[in-house]
Amino acid sequence: MAANPWFSWTYVVQNAETLWEHTVQHAALTVQAVAVAAAIAVPLGILVSRVRRLSGVVIGTAAVLYTVPSLALFAILAPLLGIGRTPVFIGLVIYALLVILRNTVAGIDGVDPAVLDAARGLGYGPVRVLVHVALPNALPSVVAGLRLATVSTVALVTVGVVVGYGGLGQLMFQGFRNNFYRAEIMTATLACVLLALVLDIALWAGGRALTPWRERSHA
Amino acid sequence: MSVVEEAVLWLNDPLTWTRSGGIIDLGIEHLVMTAIAVALAAAFAIPLGAWLGHTGRGAGAMVALGNATRAMPTLGIILLLAAGGLFGNTATVIAAAIFAVPVLLTNSYEGVRGADPAARDAGRGMGMSGTRVLVQVELPLATGLIAAGLRTTIVQVVATIPLAALAGGGGLGQIIAFGMGTQRYGQVLAGGIVVAALALVLDALLAVAQRLVTPAPLRVNPRQRRRRVPAAP
Repeated sequence: MAANPWFSWTYVVQNAETLWEHTVQHAALTVQAVAVAAAIAVPLGILVSRVRRLSGVVIGTAAVLYTVPSLALFAILAPLLGIGRTPVFIGLVIYALLVILRNTVAGIDGVDPAVLDAARGLGYGPVRVLVHVALPNALPSVVAGLRLATVSTVALVTVGVVVGYGGLGQLMFQGFRNNFYRAEIMTATLACVLLALVLDIALWAGGRALTPWRERSHA
Repeated sequence: MSVVEEAVLWLNDPLTWTRSGGIIDLGIEHLVMTAIAVALAAAFAIPLGAWLGHTGRGAGAMVALGNATRAMPTLGIILLLAAGGLFGNTATVIAAAIFAVPVLLTNSYEGVRGADPAARDAGRGMGMSGTRVLVQVELPLATGLIAAGLRTTIVQVVATIPLAALAGGGGLGQIIAFGMGTQRYGQVLAGGIVVAALALVLDALLAVAQRLVTPAPLRVNPRQRRRRVPAAP
């Protein structure tokens, strides 16, 4: 039997192109899913924090969707949408939605009422209060939600392999079927963690740049 | 025949439920695996989290651990364990337990850490030892948060176990994996519905249980809860 090491640099070098391809696919899927989820969840979160009657329904629905297991969700979406990218993408958006939504609502709700009063006292209308005061103050919470959603999405993409589209998950599964080729599974798993780390740091830095007034001691 | 019709037909056949290796068998296997994984994780994480919360040490490490494990692909871990010679259900239970630790650890830490300092001081003033303060004062005050952590964990583990089927493990994920393998997408859809329904029903049951174990004064009534949506850290 041939040697089957856990780590193999030779594997990485020989398969650099494939690895890179799958990493790019993985990253693209993650970024697009989180971006679409954010484009839906942030406005929805603002709406929900204004119109209280909606909050129970919207947050409840999102929470129920979040409870559905990923494999099950892909399994339900795949027969309806076909095999490939679409079911994975939609599944990822659904999962990211709840996290971003919850943090947006919490962020806006958590803005100091005195600050809002001060803005109103200065003669700000509701729109200006929202755009210039409430949203910037809620930003750290929104960014926290984005980071959480991104990191979980990176891990989730791998499950997409069941419907034939899993980024680095494809390499993990391929290695498993290919006589338990350890180096391939290990490399793909580590690449996954590394990708999550890189995206997380990028978002953290972006959030920091957008909120220069925040104290710097907290990461 | 459409995929949906196929799924309905499959779910309506009593034999798919009752035969050996049917939905009921697989469902029980699924729940047993969940119970073992959660019990393993809880036996490790709750005492550790409570102790760290009591001493107030390790907050930074806790946050780092929580973030790192979220990025860890469970599928990768299951497949790595399989490649290491650990197959099927054992591998899945271990992977699910690893996956369950951070939430339990953080919640028991936060729960004990957040106990009212006045109550803690009162306990000390009555001459209680550190351990007794932890067991008789801090832990009861933390039950709400620990119960919430358990609920989240149980639902997450139920949702994670289906991945086992991809590496030859048991549980309800088998229905999905088998359907995929044989290109019977009606069965895939049906399997997805069964797994999702189990997670949702369990979540609802646990919500009731959580309310029952939370001491009455610590319960949040629904109206308050709506206003205070907790943010993830």
